[in-house]
Amino acid sequence: MAIAGGFIWLTVIGLLAHATRHERTPIDERVASRLIFWGGAAIPSLLLFLLLGYALWLMPGLRPFARAGEANGLRIEVTGEQFWWRVAYHPADGGVPILSANEIRLPVGERVEFLLKSTDVIHSFWIPALGGKMDMIPGRVNRLSLLATKPGTYRGPCAEYCGTSHALMTFTAVAMQPAAFREWLAVRANPSPGASLPGRDIFLRNGCGACHRVAGTQAEGGVGPDLSHMGSRGTIGAGVLTTDDEAVRSFIAHPHLIKPGSKMPDFNMLPQQDIAEIASWLKGLE
Amino acid sequence: MRIIPKEVETLWTLFTAPVIWAGHFLACYALAAIWCAKRGDLGFAVVQAGIVAMTLAALAMIVLSGWLAWRQWGFGTNDPPHDDPTATDRNLFQGFATLLLCGLSFVAVLYVALPLLFIDGCSS
Ligand code: HEC
Ligand SMILES: [Cu+2]
Repeated sequence: MAIAGGFIWLTVIGLLAHATRHERTPIDERVASRLIFWGGAAIPSLLLFLLLGYALWLMPGLRPFARAGEANGLRIEVTGEQFWWRVAYHPADGGVPILSANEIRLPVGERVEFLLKSTDVIHSFWIPALGGKMDMIPGRVNRLSLLATKPGTYRGPCAEYCGTSHALMTFTAVAMQPAAFREWLAVRANPSPGASLPGRDIFLRNGCGACHRVAGTQAEGGVGPDLSHMGSRGTIGAGVLTTDDEAVRSFIAHPHLIKPGSKMPDFNMLPQQDIAEIASWLKGLE
Repeated sequence: MRIIPKEVETLWTLFTAPVIWAGHFLACYALAAIWCAKRGDLGFAVVQAGIVAMTLAALAMIVLSGWLAWRQWGFGTNDPPHDDPTATDRNLFQGFATLLLCGLSFVAVLYVALPLLFIDGCSS
């Protein structure tokens, strides 16, 4: 495709150069109109027809899941929400999905199928280093197949304006060696041992569990991001803050200052001490 | 007796071919989408046959419209530009423009139908 494109480009530029260089002798009108018809209409249409056919023929290779059917490997379901990403790993054997948020990990060298959804408005899922963007449309499941060839940490923005904090809606995608990935995923399948810190009770007492899930506790909420293994993620608030103490505390106290329009209420009425306790407990969930 | 009058003094015939293209486009995609949503007992071959039939019909209509336009333009006996403020030139201009649009629409209909060669069913 690129070769054909390059060839056409060279031809056109060559003709242009030719036209500017040569002395201008008018050519016969019949010849000119024939030239316009063939060179300007017929041949381009034919070339486009062939290139389009070639591109369409390539397409099944770019969307292998269309042919192979369901469940031929790991499927990662990502749901766009204002203004964060809900993530669920569906293992190939159809086991219980493993929940997470705002961070996606995938094995290097294996095709991963993404199921992209939205619960509110249109978002768009994009890991520029790995492939093109795909919209997340309420009521629809869009599929995208990605193959990471190099291990690394990639950034992904929301690529469709979705509200006040749209620009603050990003995630990290980490491509890992398959063995390391499987180990990582196996750890996520169980509750984090965590430290039994007082923050845990303060978290539950203040109703955080109505919106957040922390595996292994009574916190079962599904409104906000899953916090089961928050401590092992690099960022919170969909990429706006790191997970250092200070940042977690300020996010809990006033998410609205950090992310205008966020669905998480401010908790700055809680004593500083309580917020700090919660933050250090959450950070310990690795 | 002419079934089709020799001269249609209206601007609307200009758009015949693009309208056929648009209708064909819509019909192809709607047919495939409805079929994929309902999944009757009939195979995908029905959709393919339907689209082939619609494509042939659309192409035939465009050729007909193109032939009428060619006739309106005088079968190429007059050269453009037809830019004199006379009824004749207006007529010739319209014929020529319609003919060009027919060519464009013919190619466009083919491009719309092209994916059919590579599709063998609904994606899921
Ligand atoms: C009304 C539901 C709701 C309640 C109650 C709630 N949150 Fe949240 N929380 C959210 C939502 C929604 C987000 C996602 C915000 C965003 O990034 O746009 C969030 C995000 C967070 C994050 C960042 C998570 C991440 O992975 O980026 C932390 C930490 C957090 N909440 C802690 C708490 C704590 C602690 C409490 C209790 C004091 C609490 N939340 C109460 C809805 C809630
Ligand atoms: Cu978004």
